[in-house]
Amino acid sequence: MEKQLKVSAIKNGTVLDHIPADQLFKVIDILGLSTSSNQITFGTNLDSKLLGKKAIIKISDQFFKDDEINRIALIAPQAKINIIQDFEVVEKRVLSTPSSIKGIAKCMNPACITNHQNVETLFTTITDSPEIKLLCHFCEKITDHKNLKIISKF
Amino acid sequence: MPKHLISIHDFSKEEILKVISLAEDFERDPSRPIFRDKVIASIFFEPSTRTRLSFETAANRLGARVIGFSDAGNTSVVKGETLKDTIKMVSNYADLIIMRHPLEGSARYASEIASVPVINAGDGANQHPTQTLLDLYSIRKTQGRLTNLKINMVGDLKYGRTVHSLLQAMSHFNPEFLFTSPEELKMPNEYKEYLNKLGIPYKETHNLEDGIRDSDIIYMTRVQQERFTDAIEYERVKNVYSLRQEMLENAKTNMKILHPLPRVNEIAQDVDNSKHAYYFEQAGNGVFTRMAIITMLLGVNEL
Repeated sequence: MEKQLKVSAIKNGTVLDHIPADQLFKVIDILGLSTSSNQITFGTNLDSKLLGKKAIIKISDQFFKDDEINRIALIAPQAKINIIQDFEVVEKRVLSTPSSIKGIAKCMNPACITNHQNVETLFTTITDSPEIKLLCHFCEKITDHKNLKIISKF
Repeated sequence: MPKHLISIHDFSKEEILKVISLAEDFERDPSRPIFRDKVIASIFFEPSTRTRLSFETAANRLGARVIGFSDAGNTSVVKGETLKDTIKMVSNYADLIIMRHPLEGSARYASEIASVPVINAGDGANQHPTQTLLDLYSIRKTQGRLTNLKINMVGDLKYGRTVHSLLQAMSHFNPEFLFTSPEELKMPNEYKEYLNKLGIPYKETHNLEDGIRDSDIIYMTRVQQERFTDAIEYERVKNVYSLRQEMLENAKTNMKILHPLPRVNEIAQDVDNSKHAYYFEQAGNGVFTRMAIITMLLGVNEL
């Protein structure tokens, strides 16, 4: 039986697979895809053995640098990155958690300077448990996974 | 040598000991006008008595001129000036900035903007490193050493930034801790995990009388009413964690009581005359410690 793709194939570009379905729009936000002029197709709430419900994004003719793509490790650590050339997967990349996160996330401490003045957030990532925690460079408070809010740029 | 003092983590064990030894030199001879050519900015966006006065005394004893403000109300801050702009401007006037600000992380941010050294004189509930250094100075002065001491921390161990910083700074010196607090204000787990990792022993108790007999230092803190949702619970706790003269009968002769002040009723007035009371001298030590910190950050390591 022929396997049918829920999201059609791209010729050249990047495929982001195994994104937790509820994180799809955050991933789009972090990668700045909403202002991209490339062809982008995505599907969400697809069945996944690993995640239950997953999302997938296919971006034509765009290739990300490691430090760009690693920023999504914060919310989609299990995502798989496939580089496509001429309809073939030519490279599989694994996400690695960056040691620091600039911008992107909001500090959960309401008294933190970053929540009052125009100061870009900066965190050290703490990876002593499966879920990433962020230590604020400024107020020294920890933002845990369940309090993680992504700063929307758009 | 770090350029700024923002958090107690910025100073290594050696640098902490250097501050203490310089502070001793200043205590022996407090009038050392070695910075007659310097201008120090003391900018307080939030009220303070002890910290501001002791910093400004320290700067004056070093011969420096002091500029600044003690209330953001009569500055451009009320016109909406950002902290960034204020710090940029003050950097052009002064050789060193002492800052207190209500927002947490403001001091780290200021240090990254300023072209001159910044000393954090308190950034909200986050850090107040010069308090910790003067606490260490007071402990060394009264005990003759920092190593192998039994420290009993009493009161609000959950929100009290002074106890958290002191715990971290003392961890260089092989201490033993007792944490005396009501259930609601226990030492947070992250600090207990920190001690576990370092193999530093600690015990916890609700009973103030448990830890008086074998402590070298009793570090008292204020239990604040706003930490309690239940007013009756606050009334109960407030009286339970109050140190009185008769409780000190079996204390070790070298035992000293410290308190970052202001004190309310957690230490009864009758304790003030006891040989164990040290909190007023502790506040006095702030001047020598701050002279030492200013001196080091202005690049002078020997007198």
